[in-house]
Amino acid sequence: MSQLQGYSGKAKQLLERAGVKIGDEIRVVSGKGEMRGILMARYELAEPDYIVIKLRNGYNVGIRVADGVKVEKIADAEAPAFRPPPPPAMKPNLPRVAIVSTGGTIASRVDYRTGGVRAALSAADLLSIVPELADIAQISAEILFSVYSENLTISHWRAMAEKVNDLIRSGEDGVVIAHGTDTMGYTAAALSFALQNPPIPVVLVGAQRSSDRPSSDAATNLIAAVDTAANAPFGEVVVCMHKWHSDDTIAIHRGVRVVKLHTSSRDAFKSINAEPLAFRTKAGLVINDNRFNKRGSDNYQFSPTFDDRAMLVKFYPGMPPETLQILREKLRIRGFILEGTGLGHVSSSFIPVARQLVEEGVFIGMTSQCKFGRVNMYVYDNGRDLMRAGITPLDDMLAETALVKLMWSLGKLGENADREAVAELMTRNLVGEMNNRSMPTGW
Amino acid sequence: MIDYKAVGLKVGLEVHRQLDTSKKLFCDCPTEAVEGGKVVEFRRYLREAQSELGTVDPAAIFEAKKRKEIIYQANTGNVCLVEMDEEPPHPINREAVEVALIASLLMNATPVDEVHVMRKIVIDGSNTTGFQRTCIIAVGGSVRAGEKEIPIQTITLEEDAARIVEARRREAVYDLSRLGVPLIEISTAPVIQSPEEAVKAAKAIGDILRATGKVKRGLGTVRQDLNISISGGALTEIKGVQELELIAKVVENEVKRQLHLLDIAEELRRRGVRESDLVFSPVDVTEVFRNTGSKVVKRKLAESARVFALRLPRFAGLLSLEKWPGIRLGAELAAHAKAWGDVEGIFHTDELPAYGISAEEVEEIRKALECGADDAAVLVVSDEHSAMDALKAVLERAKEAIRGVPEETRAARPDGTTTYMRPRPGAARMYPETDIPPMTITQEYIESLRSRLPPTLEETAKRLQQKYNLSKQLVQQLIDQEVNDVFERIVEKYGVQPSVVAATLTETLTSLRREGVAVDELPTSLFEELFQLLKEGVFAKEAIRDILAWAAANRGRSVMDAVNALNVRAPPREELEKAIDELIAKNQEMLNDKKIVSRLMGDLMKVYRGRVDGAVLNRLLMERIEAARARG
Repeated sequence: MSQLQGYSGKAKQLLERAGVKIGDEIRVVSGKGEMRGILMARYELAEPDYIVIKLRNGYNVGIRVADGVKVEKIADAEAPAFRPPPPPAMKPNLPRVAIVSTGGTIASRVDYRTGGVRAALSAADLLSIVPELADIAQISAEILFSVYSENLTISHWRAMAEKVNDLIRSGEDGVVIAHGTDTMGYTAAALSFALQNPPIPVVLVGAQRSSDRPSSDAATNLIAAVDTAANAPFGEVVVCMHKWHSDDTIAIHRGVRVVKLHTSSRDAFKSINAEPLAFRTKAGLVINDNRFNKRGSDNYQFSPTFDDRAMLVKFYPGMPPETLQILREKLRIRGFILEGTGLGHVSSSFIPVARQLVEEGVFIGMTSQCKFGRVNMYVYDNGRDLMRAGITPLDDMLAETALVKLMWSLGKLGENADREAVAELMTRNLVGEMNNRSMPTGW
Repeated sequence: MIDYKAVGLKVGLEVHRQLDTSKKLFCDCPTEAVEGGKVVEFRRYLREAQSELGTVDPAAIFEAKKRKEIIYQANTGNVCLVEMDEEPPHPINREAVEVALIASLLMNATPVDEVHVMRKIVIDGSNTTGFQRTCIIAVGGSVRAGEKEIPIQTITLEEDAARIVEARRREAVYDLSRLGVPLIEISTAPVIQSPEEAVKAAKAIGDILRATGKVKRGLGTVRQDLNISISGGALTEIKGVQELELIAKVVENEVKRQLHLLDIAEELRRRGVRESDLVFSPVDVTEVFRNTGSKVVKRKLAESARVFALRLPRFAGLLSLEKWPGIRLGAELAAHAKAWGDVEGIFHTDELPAYGISAEEVEEIRKALECGADDAAVLVVSDEHSAMDALKAVLERAKEAIRGVPEETRAARPDGTTTYMRPRPGAARMYPETDIPPMTITQEYIESLRSRLPPTLEETAKRLQQKYNLSKQLVQQLIDQEVNDVFERIVEKYGVQPSVVAATLTETLTSLRREGVAVDELPTSLFEELFQLLKEGVFAKEAIRDILAWAAANRGRSVMDAVNALNVRAPPREELEKAIDELIAKNQEMLNDKKIVSRLMGDLMKVYRGRVDGAVLNRLLMERIEAARARG
């Protein structure tokens, strides 16, 4: 980290001349008077030519660097004396749960002197911040990588799957993956296909409010996730997040059925065309759907290969059908998932393009942008014509899940897989991503 | 009489006032209360992120120990996802910043060049986030309290907290409507040296805030915190003094309390009591009360509570010692027990036998604790866990009594006394609100505000007097009662006689208030309707008092409803003329008598008082008499 992080222009020159660095106590004298405080880092996006100091009362203020402004050092920065409280002792009789961190901070400390937020990295750190975990499981923790979830790729999915597979082999009773929420739904689907019917729960967890704030949902979600990993009767890949605005109920969603539907609210994650698998309430875990792979089952299949030459295309009125051709040529796309309208439609102008792509061996699957409900391409002429052109309806599968499943199928079947084989795999329910019975919702 | 200079009194003021902006500080919700509307209820827990410094804050421990489940009520009429902590804050409300800057300039304070919003940790549940967003707008400046210049330290803008609805044993219920309303805070240097000076300084600050024309008025919109210390005493922070008049009383009481505690400390030292003498060895004395005549104890025992007693060596006589009414060490011990131990209160031997507890029972307790004649004992009736917490708090507080006055945060009560709230927080736990970018305040902007500063209240008073030809007294009442804005708007909008509007807003309301009528809850819009209808001649000004009383008793109903219900609607002119003509005809013989006007006027007023303005009636009567005379 630079000694004058975020500063530029006149402010930087002035600070350099005064020989001060971030964290030093300084005096700033201007035409308006004198101010003393600790020099703070500056946001890179903020206006240049301001110096930010923290006053003794804890407030930050910005001081404009105009002509005649003087800066003097009063004292060097104090190194923070970091004394975390001792973590509670592990209880040897409890299940073993591994927490794998991939990004975001599920637990953190705040340095009120500088405003810095530091993530808890080790198991001991995590336990000292969320001591409740020690009553649920014997925790181990490790950092696989630290990536914003929007920057994840199929290679990260593979790495996560391999890590979990190792942990399964080494005898953990459950695995928790701390994940940024933006693409947690995609990762959940990817792990669901890569780790089919795992013998233990694989629980993805995140937070919608950062863990440095007292109201963060991180700790409650994490406690529920560890409890699920340690004690749930199923071996499934699930996502563990708030059910609603309240902290008292956490929903445990099936990985292939869940999607983020709100930008900021704690209850952003919802199961689509399915009920959550379970809830965790004050009374503990409550199973909500009995159709699951049992913990300890022996039909585990590990298959972590993905091919990212697949694409999710959202149809809109007036969309030029050549889009698909261009994408195919530019990116060597092997398969498309269309997010069509209603029961599964795109404009009939797509028919010739679709027919040609299918003939070239490209898989085209149809899902609905309605999110809720199932596609049915028999109801209208256009749907039947689209199917005749070779488009495959994908039932009640989420579009995002269909994309991930296509990437996985292409990886699994290999470079020379023919379109029919892909279509066969895509239309076969593997891990609960499709269901032939639609249920009423919202009651 | 206390010589405040001699005791070394130092008071610093923090005046908080809600701003009357159209939107909240960090979202677009209205700042007004709403009635009815859909209410969403949700539950939360708060846990403080650990501090990197690993330091332990006494106030934070206090709240963490009392960790409660928090129930929030959100009325969607004035609460959105931002107050629910489900959406990041919107950029800071520029209108609120402008009001704070105007107030700063009126106090000759120096605005900061760039405003940085901070998060100040508050985990009692009053903020859904677990912190209060706050920022410094200006520093320095001063106000005049009489002859004395009181320096201002900071002027900050912050979000108001949620209002507590109910504190249950393990739960607290908050209403989110108030959360996010802009609040300005003016902090003075601790240079105030007497209760009167504190009142003057608070009034001076209040007057400047009101001059901005953008502050809310009424119950709960103003809160004053006082930082009080005397030589040899300690800094006490007293929260939530709502009335200006109460400030003097609170200061006086706090000085007395600290003097009393210093006296007790001296006496304890004289008696040779040392902190090491105070040992935590509570004794279960439930058996003593097996057949007690005390209803309170009996009731608690029936709820399977137990009685625990603790000896306070050589404290006898000091717990009830009362030099000034209400100021006793016993009350301090009880408040600590309640705050830390979740118990209803304590009994102590200085006040026993009483509450149905017999002398024999007291004697048995003393025996059980092996109390000497000059020892005191404290009793708690509760479950064991709470009782131990309470007695530990009592013991700690008793140790502090030997040292003198502990630093603490206290809450003001409506009678001017205060009660223990929590330990004083350490250095503010603040860190940047990274969701809100800093806001620059340019010199040009400041200069443009400076060039159009609003008039002071004094200047406004002078202008009102001249413009509306009102007495100085009446204008002062309008200003003191914070209705000068409403007055002016109504007079300008409806052209009603200024003296009638002024008298209604001051004298009429004051007298109704005295009778216990809830006139302060009447919305401004109701007064607008009142004077509009008055101007239109729908009723006479004599009916105003009754209409307001009716409206206060029938919230949500209109002035027109009141007019109909009270039957004070003025009759149409034709009906009135007909009635007058008939009356004249009946008194034909008096037609040329000079007294006819006053005589008939009396008869008419009997019928039309409150419905027709006396002057209007008089004018009409004269007209009809003239007409009758002309007809011969």
